[in-house]
Amino acid sequence: MEKYDLVIIGAGPAGLTAGIYAARYKLNVIILSKDMGGLAATAHRICNFPSYEEIGGMQLMERMTNQALKLGVKINYETVLEITKNKEFIIKTSSKEYSSKKVIFAGGTERKKLNVPGEEKLLGRGVSYCATCDAAFFKNKIVSVVGGSDAALTAALLLSEYAEKVFIIYRQKEFSKAEPAWVDLVRKEKKIKVLFEEEIKEIMGEVKVEEIKLSSGKKIKVDGVFVEIGSVPKLDLLNSLKIRTENRGYILVNENQETNVQGFYAAGDITNNELKQIVTASAGGAIAAYNSYKSIKGGD
Amino acid sequence: MSLIHITEKNFDKEIVHSDIPVIIDFWAEWCGPCQMMGPVFEKLSKEYTGKLKFAKVDTESEPEIAMQFGIQGIPSLVVIHKGREVSRIVGFAPEAVLKQKIDSILKQI
Repeated sequence: MEKYDLVIIGAGPAGLTAGIYAARYKLNVIILSKDMGGLAATAHRICNFPSYEEIGGMQLMERMTNQALKLGVKINYETVLEITKNKEFIIKTSSKEYSSKKVIFAGGTERKKLNVPGEEKLLGRGVSYCATCDAAFFKNKIVSVVGGSDAALTAALLLSEYAEKVFIIYRQKEFSKAEPAWVDLVRKEKKIKVLFEEEIKEIMGEVKVEEIKLSSGKKIKVDGVFVEIGSVPKLDLLNSLKIRTENRGYILVNENQETNVQGFYAAGDITNNELKQIVTASAGGAIAAYNSYKSIKGGD
Repeated sequence: MSLIHITEKNFDKEIVHSDIPVIIDFWAEWCGPCQMMGPVFEKLSKEYTGKLKFAKVDTESEPEIAMQFGIQGIPSLVVIHKGREVSRIVGFAPEAVLKQKIDSILKQI
């Protein structure tokens, strides 16, 4: 079993920032993650991260990853299956076991699915959860984006650079969750048509997406369905730790990013922070790393 | 066996007329999950020498091949045996999961 001072779970903004700080505190640290860059890596354009007027999500996350690696942080891309606590924490992944004095959990959230007929069957054949990955396959096609968040609007704007027409399908009456700056751009884009108070009930097509059926009964011919309806916390692997969460399932942390389990910190989108942004996730990661360092140094 | 980069020029030789089954990784530089899949795919290519040929198609420089396979989401891994598609894996999969899937596909061939 590999032994560490600190195991960080998740390689998004929170986990990578925690890694950067921990490395500079000279902790023996490793990041375990199922993916590179987390949700932020799938963002098309990021315009509110200080120091970059505009940067692609993948590009920003590559920079954060490289910074962590250069400082000597180890990053293993493995799926964590279970975390238990005896004297130390034991982290079981798909291929190994690790033990650690402290853990920072920055595993982020999981993308919500529509859960409608046709969605699973047509994944990769018109159904997509990553507009930045797949937009280029929809040149001169008709696509739909489901959702009304910043992620949905930026996906629609990106798709409008390729597709002939983009429908935004949103169940609310107006874009109340998104940044007004994105809403303005969407309104100005002639290729985008917004259908408020509608939901997708079925995705139809034999070998690829051909048509969607909406809650009003209307059917629209489309070649693609981009699902951007937000994400939910997933905490199955923490079952045995009895981590306290608030009612929507996000981990409760205090101002030191501590959870109810001693030595177990959480940061980023998985916590009960209200503003889920790259900059707030990074801040949480830094605070968690600082407090684990302080606690290790103090002999805990 | 090392990875083979597929273009329209070597497609028939390496894919259609391959003696052993082939797995093609359809990818692009702008795609985050593809960047993660890359090293996993490369590592596995060394473990299946002689049993499975590992090939990559850059969907940006070879859009015709991507279109031929109806690729609309990446990463997509397509397994081909005797010139015919036998299975498809869409989206990033970690090493252990991918290995399991490949083993079960190879058993069925």
